[in-house]
Amino acid sequence: MEKLLAFAVPGLFTGAAYAIAASGLVLTYTTTRVFNVAHGAFGMVMAFVFWDFSQRQGLPVWLSLLLVLGVVAPLTGLLVQRFVARGLGEAPVGVSLVVTVGLFVGLIGLAQQIWPPDARFLPPFLPETSLELGPVVVTGHQMITIACSVLVAGGLYVLLNRTRIGTSMRASVDNPELLQLFGGRPDRVAALAWAIGMSLSALGGILLASVVGLDYYQLTLLVVNAYAAAMVGRLKSLPPTFAGAMGLGLLDSFALGYIPPDSVLADVRPVIPALFLFAVIVLLPTAQLRIGQVKGQRAAPVPSLQRSLAVGVLTVLAVSVLALGLSETSLLRLGIALTYALVMLSLVLLTGYGGFVSLSQLTFAGVGALAYAKLDDPTLGGLLLAALVTGLVGALVALPVLRLTGLYLALSTLAFGVLMDKLVFQSELAFGFNGSLEATRPAVLGLEVATTGGYVVLMTAVLVLVAVALLAVRRGPVGRVLVAIRDSPAACGTLGLDTRFFRVGIFAASAAIAGLAGALFAGLRGLVGAAEFQYFNSLPLLLLVVVFGVTSVTGAVLGGVGLMLLPVLQADNPSVAGLIFAVIGFGAVALGRDPNGLANRLFTLGRWAAARLAQELGGTRPGARRRLGSRAPEDEPAQAAPVVEEVRDHVAARG
Amino acid sequence: MSLLEVEDVVVRFGGVTAVDHATFTADAGQVTGLIGPNGAGKTTCFNVITGLQRPTAGTVRLDGRRITALPVHRRARRGVARTFQRLEAFGSLTVHDNVRVALDLRRGVRGLLGVSRPRPGEVLDLLDRVGIAAYAHERADSVPTGVARLLELARCLAREPRLLLLDEPSSGLDETETQAFGALLRELADEGRAVLMVEHDMDLVMGVCDTISVLDFGAVIATGTPAQVRADPRVQQAYLGYSEEPAVTSAVASAGASAGETTLVLPEVR
Repeated sequence: MEKLLAFAVPGLFTGAAYAIAASGLVLTYTTTRVFNVAHGAFGMVMAFVFWDFSQRQGLPVWLSLLLVLGVVAPLTGLLVQRFVARGLGEAPVGVSLVVTVGLFVGLIGLAQQIWPPDARFLPPFLPETSLELGPVVVTGHQMITIACSVLVAGGLYVLLNRTRIGTSMRASVDNPELLQLFGGRPDRVAALAWAIGMSLSALGGILLASVVGLDYYQLTLLVVNAYAAAMVGRLKSLPPTFAGAMGLGLLDSFALGYIPPDSVLADVRPVIPALFLFAVIVLLPTAQLRIGQVKGQRAAPVPSLQRSLAVGVLTVLAVSVLALGLSETSLLRLGIALTYALVMLSLVLLTGYGGFVSLSQLTFAGVGALAYAKLDDPTLGGLLLAALVTGLVGALVALPVLRLTGLYLALSTLAFGVLMDKLVFQSELAFGFNGSLEATRPAVLGLEVATTGGYVVLMTAVLVLVAVALLAVRRGPVGRVLVAIRDSPAACGTLGLDTRFFRVGIFAASAAIAGLAGALFAGLRGLVGAAEFQYFNSLPLLLLVVVFGVTSVTGAVLGGVGLMLLPVLQADNPSVAGLIFAVIGFGAVALGRDPNGLANRLFTLGRWAAARLAQELGGTRPGARRRLGSRAPEDEPAQAAPVVEEVRDHVAARG
Repeated sequence: MSLLEVEDVVVRFGGVTAVDHATFTADAGQVTGLIGPNGAGKTTCFNVITGLQRPTAGTVRLDGRRITALPVHRRARRGVARTFQRLEAFGSLTVHDNVRVALDLRRGVRGLLGVSRPRPGEVLDLLDRVGIAAYAHERADSVPTGVARLLELARCLAREPRLLLLDEPSSGLDETETQAFGALLRELADEGRAVLMVEHDMDLVMGVCDTISVLDFGAVIATGTPAQVRADPRVQQAYLGYSEEPAVTSAVASAGASAGETTLVLPEVR
């Protein structure tokens, strides 16, 4: 009984902090339909701001608190609503996910830039005060936190149920257009919700910071645990959210108290929030299919089979020549770029063509690497088997959640990433704690690939094959259905497509491609460990491929090179290490609404240049002749240019 | 036995009863009209029949077999096809490819793998049948509403359905097009399909339908031939708020129509 109480108090404390943060998340989601993945990152940044005010600049604690919760956080909320979140609620869920993941990564980079890694300490509130309840001691900080959560709950109840603007907030959940008709002002409601939401995230971050410490990732991810609580309230209702948060806090604390540290279950403790999130998502009721207006998206041009083959062969030849002249270090870097490019190709299928977002694609690469190392079959068959295993794992992840909307799929991949990273990859069955596994490079048709140069050529060949296959799929029936299912899942269903089965298939295929990349990477390195596949790194990967263009092969290749260069850049310029993350994150915020990305701008430029060139040479413009004949479908015209671009990009990638 | 039997279907959204013990049928070879004021639950009935909405209670039968619990795609494979009131054409694809997707899906896995392809001209024949072959290479999000509706019909026909559900198919069509469309509907039914149509254009409904069911507040208040339905005092009550002699009703309703309301216009059956 004593033990129960002793662990209940810290459990209630964490639960209360989660509840505060989660209620902010629910508030912004219900009023603007934007799920703010960066909610936790904002809490982290605000905790740093609070530290800066109260410790570095020596302002009184009450004034710092007032400044952060009353000025900095709400102002940030207003700015984010005005310049980032506005209009995002009506955009496809993939877009709002990418944009807020961009904020997430950008904020972590920004925090690292402003407050470089250093030992910082944030003292708890009322360190002197404590309350003794029999044998159990409740600290002042814990009491304050629990009191805060009660105040927040009461305040939100009064706001939502007793004030005019609160009623508008509840109304805008269902129908912002209707609210406008009745004289409500959705923009003002949204601004208020973001301001309050941001303050709540700040309060949650500050209350947790003095316990877990000022750590960019720890703090961000602790608030991510609040997602699980918010999910209990289905992102809509506050009372279940509070109950969920308390339940999660208690569960976590009791696990600490009652699971012996040497038992097998001890490893489970760090992933309890992730398991909780996964379980809640699986138990959610099936989503209704949306029925709405005719929507269409502009896609990047798809080159013909001949062209993609020609570019592919040229690429392999070019890499072969290049491999002769590059140093071992450069070859390894090229190999890493190829790995990332292949993982990004898996996102071209899933996100670019299918419109789904996965936040754990690098984890699937890890599964592939693990499978390849464990299978210990250094042949092409071993590579393919590793890919197949990863595909099956992907299907298992997707199966329970694909009846829900894309948001829940993305969140469950996040939970999956955490789970694999902290529980599976670290276990003795896998790479082992801080351990690594040996992997032999595969022999191709009995021929061993002795040099790194040769292996990089092999990797290029695989990348080209996958790209050519992907483009062939895109041009064929499956490609059309992928576009169709994104435009109208309901119509696809009424035409006889089992949408759930189809999506699981696409998700599994995408996971398999990522797994293949991981297996190849294992061979490249010869030694792989969990550190290569930390789930957080899936986020910059997603952002870079979106920025460079997640709808085209070119975008994936450019993105792969970009992601490979990141650590190189950071190592060369440690003073701007955080800034680089910030640029990528906020770049994705700026460009995330156009999935065709930078690659498509290159295509447009190339098309224009080709047209100009043709004009200069005295010929007719390439488009002119085509216009006389039957009208070609949108994707067809002007394919010469992108291919030119692709060749140039492939060459540039190696410079 | 009718091809489609909807029996005692109830749909509640929270406290609102959208469909209230509705019972009606649709026969093969006939055009059946489902009419009623806005919000009477017509589209919800379509959603229940196609499986997009699970009913709170009641049964849907196709060929005498219960399909109430079947998922959407399984019903489609049994021969149920529909168009949507709020358009659901695939906007990023061309008109041609919209129909091509439907043809591929009918061929199942073999169609998706490209093993079994539509025969040459199959897509254009379907587009031609509904009269929109000229738009074949336009993107579906750039064509006029009327064309998009006909495109949805062509997409349905690609599945060779036995039961065709049309949700306000004539809106967006002009008078001549509507007449041609009425003739097409007759043809489709004469070939043995059951056609069930929600429609506000009473000229079209009265001219084409063999049977009409009238919904009001989610309940079926009358079923019969166009002539029977027009004469039914409950129908007049539902549409106009009071019962009138048919001749007078027509005049009142025409006046209402110019104000943009949903009204019952009662012409002579052609």
